[in-house]
Amino acid sequence: MTTSPEEHIIYDGRIKMPYTWAAGKTSSYFLTQLRDYGRLWGTRCPDCAMVYMPPRKNCPRCVVTDTTWVELPPRGVLETFTVVHFSEPSLQPMEPPYIYGIVRLDGADTGLTHLVSEIEPNRLRSGMRMEAAFKKLEQRRGEITDLLYFRPEGGGRQ
Amino acid sequence: MSQRVGIIGFGQTYHRSRRDDVTGIELINEAVRSALEDAELTIKDIDAVVIGNMDHFEAVNYVDTWSVDGSGAWMKPLIKLTTGGTTGSTLGIAGYHHAASGLFDVVLVIGWEKNSESDTTGAIITCSDPIFDRFSFSGALPGLAVEASAYIKRYGITEEDAARVAVRDRTHGANNPYAQLQTPVTVEEVMKSPMLSWPIKLLDICPRSDGAAAVIFAGERKARQMCPQPAWVHSTAVRHSHAYFCDVNYEELHTLEGAVRELYDHVGIKEPLKELDVVELYQPYSFAGLKWIEAMGLCKPGESPRLIWDGATDMGGELPFNPSGGVICTNCIGATGLLRIGEAALQVMGRAAGRQVPDVNLALATGFGGAYWSDLMLLGRRPW
Repeated sequence: MTTSPEEHIIYDGRIKMPYTWAAGKTSSYFLTQLRDYGRLWGTRCPDCAMVYMPPRKNCPRCVVTDTTWVELPPRGVLETFTVVHFSEPSLQPMEPPYIYGIVRLDGADTGLTHLVSEIEPNRLRSGMRMEAAFKKLEQRRGEITDLLYFRPEGGGRQ
Repeated sequence: MSQRVGIIGFGQTYHRSRRDDVTGIELINEAVRSALEDAELTIKDIDAVVIGNMDHFEAVNYVDTWSVDGSGAWMKPLIKLTTGGTTGSTLGIAGYHHAASGLFDVVLVIGWEKNSESDTTGAIITCSDPIFDRFSFSGALPGLAVEASAYIKRYGITEEDAARVAVRDRTHGANNPYAQLQTPVTVEEVMKSPMLSWPIKLLDICPRSDGAAAVIFAGERKARQMCPQPAWVHSTAVRHSHAYFCDVNYEELHTLEGAVRELYDHVGIKEPLKELDVVELYQPYSFAGLKWIEAMGLCKPGESPRLIWDGATDMGGELPFNPSGGVICTNCIGATGLLRIGEAALQVMGRAAGRQVPDVNLALATGFGGAYWSDLMLLGRRPW
């Protein structure tokens, strides 16, 4: 509890609530393929032919479910990015400055939000070619962060 | 059974970074009493109440019930709505729908937030998809920064152009005794403020506020009886897009483009820059004040800096934006969209005091939230 200079009492609280979030069959396939083989899959809508990444069980626009799997290469184009200068240690373990980018994999119609690394921020530009870097096999857990980050195609610095 | 609807009253709190002197319930009550006073009504005149906020900012998840002692909804029909950043505009549109249906004549709409009671970024992160989106775009800043980044690179927009938008709103905010931030800033001060998430700096972005807003909607017969000059609802439009930030096309704001097209077509607006008289834009950061006015059809893509630097959107300009100071001066999130509607109503009613734009016939209020969603409400001096 704290008290303001005007003697208004302010209670401190923290709600820690355990949750479980089911990824579902479609995302589970995507995540296990990522975990076990480092492969990336999107889904194509049979009606509008949009290829979504991450994959969707139903097409978000046409609302039909018979989407088909399309394997996507771990390469694409940086659509946009930001360099984050503030720190949120409880939520984001990265030390600022760090980079978020949206990378559209070749053959996909939507981008994937992820970290970008192995490049100085002032060398970043929209439209540059990127490739995915994956965690080592034994470190992958079936999470989107099994894809470690994107880096300039052909290897970044270090 | 449906009926035309006008806004007949608006009330708001004096917005601050924190209001430790009141609980959320008491804060809500300040806005409710202010709106009733403005409309010269009592709570007995209210047929139904619509309330909303973003639950996770205060961690009270049954706000409709919890807030009855402040909202005046005791023994009345009551519903809670929450749609993220668009909550306030959703509330206004829902209040309009309630009255327009003819099932309720006088509807009290309340939006509120005590942003001081939680970590805004921690709370906003719970809006994102837990499997794919939550690890990355936590909070509001990076999701907006990638939009700004894509836009300025495409059109060669400068950070100074955006700073000029922040300067406009902060200058206007000095005219609004309810605004949280009432001190003007300069382009130099914006440019020198700390970089948060490139290219967004501290003075480019909205603050976090504690505050509440209440707007009273009435069907035509009651509106004419109760109010000498209602702000008549001419049209509304809503566009939602995808849920994941990565699906958004950052080169345009499709939701706003789609919404304004529907609204302009519906009421016959051909040249919005000339035909609209004032806009309260839900503009959470400065770069949006460039890109989004292009989406509204005020100029061609990439040409907004000229309008901004020429002062066309300043008070006294061709189409003043945000006479209230807008979201950059006050952002009590669940109230923010409703403040746009209330402030636009004041302009139509001629009751905006020191921030009044002369001779307002048409005022447009917008809402923004989620993964780039857009809401609109057009108000006018005569029933449409």
